[in-house]
Amino acid sequence: MKEEIIIAGFGGQGVLSMGKILAYSGIMQNQEVTWMPSYGPEMRGGTANVTVILSDDRISSPIVHEFDTAIILNQQSLDKFEPMVKRGGLLLYDPNGITAPPTRTDITVYRTAATAEAAKMGNAKVFNMVVLGSFLKVKPVVKLENVVKGLQKSLPERAHKLIPANEQAILRGMEIAERLTPSC
Amino acid sequence: MSELRLMKGNEVIAEAAIRCGCDAYFGYPITPQSEVMETLMELRPWETTGMVALQAESEVASINMVYGAASTGKRAMTSSSSPGISLMAEGLSYLAGAELPCLVVNVSRGGPGLGTIQPSQADYFMATKGGGHGDFHLIVLAPSSVQEMHDFVFLAFDLAFKYRNPAMILADGVIGQMMEKVKLLDPRPRRTREEVLRDTGSWAATGKSNRPRNIITSVELDPAKHEKFNQKLQVKYAEMREKEVRYEELLCDDAEYLIAAYGISARIGQKAVELLRAEGVKVGLFRPITLYPFPTVQVAARAKQLKGILCVELSAGQMIEDVRLSVGSSLPVAHFGRNGGVIHSPNEVVEAMRQVFEF
Repeated sequence: MKEEIIIAGFGGQGVLSMGKILAYSGIMQNQEVTWMPSYGPEMRGGTANVTVILSDDRISSPIVHEFDTAIILNQQSLDKFEPMVKRGGLLLYDPNGITAPPTRTDITVYRTAATAEAAKMGNAKVFNMVVLGSFLKVKPVVKLENVVKGLQKSLPERAHKLIPANEQAILRGMEIAERLTPSC
Repeated sequence: MSELRLMKGNEVIAEAAIRCGCDAYFGYPITPQSEVMETLMELRPWETTGMVALQAESEVASINMVYGAASTGKRAMTSSSSPGISLMAEGLSYLAGAELPCLVVNVSRGGPGLGTIQPSQADYFMATKGGGHGDFHLIVLAPSSVQEMHDFVFLAFDLAFKYRNPAMILADGVIGQMMEKVKLLDPRPRRTREEVLRDTGSWAATGKSNRPRNIITSVELDPAKHEKFNQKLQVKYAEMREKEVRYEELLCDDAEYLIAAYGISARIGQKAVELLRAEGVKVGLFRPITLYPFPTVQVAARAKQLKGILCVELSAGQMIEDVRLSVGSSLPVAHFGRNGGVIHSPNEVVEAMRQVFEF
C-alpha cells in the first residue's frame, strides 16, 4: 500500500493538523509516513497545503507532483491541484466557496459538505475531522481505531477530552461523502 | 526502550541534542530552522539535564559562545540557516584553528544574499570547502531523513570530539520542515566534571590543577611553527578521509547509470530511480552521507561499470565537482538541479536522465 495525498485549503482550516493526525494514524498501524508542509509567506494568511504519504515500504521522495488523492478546501487549491491528481485518483472537496467545481472525468470526484455539517454539529473546529472521515470512507487507508490513537498521540493531554467530539465528526464525515462521478 | 514519534527535522535536532548529553546550545532565529530553538525553549532542558539553551544577540555571538563553551571541553552547538552560517564563517575558522569540537547545524535556504526561505543545497561549497579562511575542513554530515537528523546529532558530536574538529550537519528546508517517523534513542547523561576532565583534560580549559597550562588559541606568529600546525591538521583530515567516509548505495549492483545526490535530492533521486527502473532502465542511487570526507574512492569504484552519472542537487552544481574529481574524465558526469528555492520533482529528474543520456 502506498497513498500520496495532498491536503490544501486556507490557513486556519486545520489542513496541517488533519495531515498530522493522518500521519500519526499511519504510524499507529506500522506504516512509513512523511508530512511535508508548504511553509513561508503563503502560510501567512493565504493558502496552506501539506503532502502526506503513507506507505508499507520506505518512502523515497516526500515531494511529489502527482497525487493519488487531493483533499481540497478552497477554490485556489482546486485550481492548482485538480490537474495534479493521477488518472484514476481521487479528488475530494468541500463545496463551500467553490464557484468552479472540478471538471475532470478521468478521476473519481467526491464532495463533502463538511463546513455546513460542522456548523450543524455546532462545532466549526471539527470541520477538518469531518473531511478526514469522508476521505477514510472512500479510501480506508487507516483504521478508525488507529485514527483515535493518532489523535491521542498528536493532541496534548489537556485536549484529550475533545477526542470523542473529533471521533464523532469523523463518523459523520463518513456518512456525508457524496460521489459525483461514475467509477472509472 | 527507544521511542517512536512523528516529528519535524528541526524539532528532532533539539530533542536529540538533549538526549545526547549536549551541554549548551546558542542560537539566533532564522527560517527555516527556528523550530530548533523553539523546541529547546519548550522542552526547558536546563530544568532537567542542566543543558544551557540561550538565544544570543546574533549569529556571530552564537558561534563565539560555542567557541567559549567548547574551550572548556563541553558539548556545545548552534544552528542556523545559510545567511546566518555566512556570519559564522570567522568563528568556524577559529574553532577549526583552535581544534575545538562542536556541532553546527545548517538548515539551508536559497541564496545568495538574503535569498529565499525555501529549501536549497547551494551551501555545499561553503560547508565542504571551508566556510571561512585558512586550510581547514569541517566534518560535514548530510541527513536525508528526519531519523538521520536525530542520529547525526549523536554521530556529529562523537566525530567532533574524536578529531577535535567542528562538525556540521548540512540539511535543507525540506528535511528541517517535514515530519517523519523517528525512533528516539534513550537519553545519555551529560558528562560529569570527572568525565570532562578524563576526556578533554589534555587540551581543554577546565581549570588548572597540577598539569601544564592548556591554551586555547588559533594564533601562532612563528611561520615555522604554524606550518607544523597546519601539517598536523592535514594529517587529521587524511585520517578522516581514510576512516570516516559514509555513503549509501541503492540498486547499484547491475546499474549502468547512476544518480548521485545527497540530502533531500537523494530522496527525490530515489523516486526517479524507482520510476526509471519500472521502465527497465538500469539506474542506481549513490548517496554521500559524509560530504566531507567525500566518498571519493567509493564513487570511483562504482563508476567503472557505468555509462554515466547525473548529479542531482538543489543548486547550480556544487557536489558535481567532487564527483568529477573522484571519477576523472572516464565517463560523462552531468548536472541537473533547480535552485533559488524551487524543488525539482522526481519526473524532472527522470526527464533530465533521458535528455542527458539519450535513452
